[in-house]
This record gives sequence, structure tokens and C-alpha cells, in this order.
Amino acid sequence: MQAPPHPDDGLTPAELAAKYGLSVSGARPPLLQYIRQLWQRRHFIGAFSRAKLQAQYSQAKLGQIWQVATPLLNAAVYFLIFGIIMEAREGVPGGDHNYVPFLVIGVFIFTFSQQSVLSGVRAVAANQGLVRALHFPRASLPIAFVLQQLQQLLYSMVVMLVVLLAFGQRPGLSWLLVFPALALQFLFNGGLAMIFARLGAGTPDLAQLMPFVLRTWMYASGVMFPLHAMLAEKVPPWAIDLVAANPAAVFMDLMRFALIDDYTYADIAPYPWLLGLGWALVAGVFGFVYFWKAEERYGRG
Amino acid sequence: MAVAEPTTPTPLSKAPQAPDRRPTVIADDVHIVYRVAGGTRGKGSATAALNRIVRRKPSGRVREVHAVKGVSFTAYRGEAIGLIGSNGSGKSTLLRAIAGLLPPERGKVYTDGQPSLLGVNAALLNDLTGERNVVLGGLAMGMSREEVRARYQDIVDFSGINEKGDFITLPMRTYSSGMAARLRFSIAAARRHDVLMIDEALATGDKKFQKRSENRIRELRKEAGTVFLVSHNNKSIRDTCDRVLWLEKGELRMDGPTEDVLAAYEEYTGK
Repeated sequence: MQAPPHPDDGLTPAELAAKYGLSVSGARPPLLQYIRQLWQRRHFIGAFSRAKLQAQYSQAKLGQIWQVATPLLNAAVYFLIFGIIMEAREGVPGGDHNYVPFLVIGVFIFTFSQQSVLSGVRAVAANQGLVRALHFPRASLPIAFVLQQLQQLLYSMVVMLVVLLAFGQRPGLSWLLVFPALALQFLFNGGLAMIFARLGAGTPDLAQLMPFVLRTWMYASGVMFPLHAMLAEKVPPWAIDLVAANPAAVFMDLMRFALIDDYTYADIAPYPWLLGLGWALVAGVFGFVYFWKAEERYGRG
Repeated sequence: MAVAEPTTPTPLSKAPQAPDRRPTVIADDVHIVYRVAGGTRGKGSATAALNRIVRRKPSGRVREVHAVKGVSFTAYRGEAIGLIGSNGSGKSTLLRAIAGLLPPERGKVYTDGQPSLLGVNAALLNDLTGERNVVLGGLAMGMSREEVRARYQDIVDFSGINEKGDFITLPMRTYSSGMAARLRFSIAAARRHDVLMIDEALATGDKKFQKRSENRIRELRKEAGTVFLVSHNNKSIRDTCDRVLWLEKGELRMDGPTEDVLAAYEEYTGK
């Protein structure tokens, strides 16, 4: 190409880039701009989570029925083992007749957090095709997966509603507390999913390890037995409060408090709403910043 | 050299003498090093792995591969640039660095806007139908819902997926590799990109699709973008590119007009 001398000829690459407003490729955007980009992709996030939800059971013959059947079967198994064989129903606030609502709420709420972590670990690692092909803020992926789990939980809540009514709970004003409780848990799960998405992108081995960690968390949080009654004679009261202050226990207790008539604040950890808000903010903010810090590295591998 | 078009909206920082020489990609002494885990000799058994972890020998486990060594070039708006070189010469790696997916070890890549990389080796989301992938791909690229709806039929028609029956409503895992590559190309090509990079996409489709995608690449170039094309097919490079970069062992061996570089390359490969 025999072009006449050009005014740009003497410039260094950096000067040339500055002159024409070129930016360093793949650089991480500042936090506020990142949030703005994420907001612009909100339709993508929504469409992605809906698509994943539907694809989940696309190979099963019963299809979407499994959305409701899976949590119901889960609750049935725990009822069989803990409710009938091990008789853990003692100590449920209000008496034995509250055990099934107690169990169903616990299982569904814990599953929401559990699945958020599990899908978070694979959020980036399992979608490398998408990550390498197209540019979008990567936080879209873990957020979409948590949204998918929220939608799944809403299906489960329909089952939950039927169970509550069948076991003699009457709808009351306190049922409205479901919404703030869910909002806090969603924020918490989102943060958790982003933390594990970054960890899982660097160390895929976590996908093997996490089920065991999560199972331990489940047994330590009082999903199928009331923590207070189980621990009352074995450990001092402050230790019970400590266990009951773990986020999974807090979100389950808030939901049980909202939905089961006989629950009072005396039955759950002290300052439950403050605790819930604290966990949500700590996990949500830390998780988001932690994920954003590695934004430019997710396409690697 | 591309001819300046009077209809092109000129940017604010327009240089009065040469509106047609606007750089879009500047690579400044780019080095890329891969760190490969598990590239060791020795036994691959679980006990051997455990032994390594216990003895804390990370140095033996990670090997470094210097894939691109000090490549510099400047690409201008309206150019179509071919990347050639034998297998493993660093072509795809260089594209990934330009796309910002692989941070360079040393040196910098400057780009105008967000370059998009189009590879053929992976489908977008295997479990979802082609239909869903079109919508999700469009939204992920930053198109609005209305835009996606408006372009949807064009994308499907262009990909030619539905020419042999209603394949667009089947999950992408059921597609042949050629079909998946076509759909991906169609999705990415639906939007105007500042810099579009294509990794062997033209080689996978059939004759008819190759023709169509060549035409589409010409259109994209007219819309004032820059196109990079990696291919082992010298004919498709000749048909689409006016400048060629030749990489060998990670180094830029030649950079110039298509005919000159291809002639030297063909001599080198012994044709």
C-alpha cells in the first residue's frame, strides 16, 4: 500500500490509541459502569434464567411437572426419615401438628440457597461457550442462575401453600412477611452465587466438593428438626443462638415465623430481621465486588 | 484501501487530512503465555496426584507455553485482515487477546469498541433450542428485545437452519457441527460490530453458506468495521481479505497485501 506520508506516522502505539480514543481491550470497567452495563442486560438475564428453567426438565417425559414434584418428593423423604423413623417432631413450636409445615418450609427454603451455591459454582465454568463467544457483563450468569432458583422456589411455594392449608394454618397478615424474607434471601443467595462463580471458574474441583459442604450446612441449620429443642440440653444458650444465627437458619426461621401461626420471636434467633438484612448486605455487596474484580479473567481456560 | 464514503457519520475527533485511516485495533508488542496445569510427564494416577499435593510441588505441575511473542500491528477501519500460519502458530490465541478474553503477559492491545470473536468449536447453549439461542445471543450482545424480534427471521433465514425442516425448534445439541457454526455466525453477524473476528467459520459451512457469509462479511466491512479472518483456506482469504498477517511460531513473520504474503506463504509451505 503506497500511501503518502501520514500525520500519524511518528506516533507510538499508545499515543495513536489515545488520539483515536481506543481503549485497552478486555479491561475491567469501573464498578458503576459495570452496574450500568448489567442493568442494560436485564432482559438477557431474565430470558436466560427462564430458558434454563425450561431446559432443566426438557429431557424428562413428564416435563415441567418435575418443577413441583421434585421438592415435594424431597419433603416426603425427610418426613419419612425424620418425622416418622427418628421422631424429630418433638419441640416444634405449637406442637407436633406443626411438624409437616415446619419441614416443608425448611426444605424449600434451604434448597433455594443450596441450589444457588451449586449452580453458582458452575455458572461461569459450564458456560464457557457463551463467555468466549459474546461480550456481556459476566455477573449476568450467576444472577440469572439465582433468578432461576427463585422461580423454582415460587413453584414450590404453591405446594407449600397447599400443605399449610391442609395442616390447619390460616392465612393472616403475617403471611405478607414472606416477601421481605424472600427479598433478603435472594440478595444473600446472589452474593453467595457470585462468590462461588468466581471460585468455581478458577477451581472447577469445587463442583465435586460443594455437595458435602452443603449437606453439612443443612444438618447444622435445623432443616428437619427444631434447633432449639435438639440442642437445649446439650449446649449453653449462647451456643444455640450462634447456630441459629447462621444465614440458612435465619432465612428458614423468618419464613416459618411468617407462615406458621404458633411461631413467636421467642422461638427463633434474637433480632432475626436485622440478622437477615446483615447477611444479605454482607454477602450481596462482597460477592458482587469480589466477582467484578476478576471480570477480565473469566474467558480464560 | 477502502474508499472514504461520504455517508459515513464522521466521529468527533476526525482528522481532516485522512478520515479513512482510522485505527481500530493496535497491538503493541503483545506476548501471551499459557500456564497449563497437568502438563507434566510422570504418572497420571490419583496416588501420584496426591503425592504431588502433599509434597507441594506446584512448579512441576504447571508448564508455561509462550504462544505469541511480541506481535505488533495496527489495523484500520474498513480493512479485512487474514491471519495465516501453520497449526499452533498462535493465530487463534492472538484473536482471543484482541477480543480481550486473554490478558497479554506483556504489551497491550487497544481497540475501538468491543471486538467480537466468532469461533466454531462451541455452540452457545447446547440444551436450548436454536430459537432460544438466537434470542439469548442477541440479548447478550446488547440488542433490545424489539431489535431481536425484528431481526429474528433474518437471522434464521441467513443461517439456513430451516432449509431441511424445522430444526430451529430443536435443542442445539442435536445440530451437526456445521449447522451450529452457521447459526453462531448468523447471530453474531446480525449486529454491526466495530471489530469482528472470525475463526475458521468459513471453512465449516457448505459451499452455499460460504458464499453467503463472504457476502455478509463484505457488508459488515462497508458498515465501517474491521474484520479479522483466521483460515487455512487460502482461497477464502484471497476472496475476502486485502491484507494478511502471517504468524509462525508465535512471531509475526510478514504483514502486507494479500497477494504478496500468500505467495511467500505458499512458497514456504511448499506448494
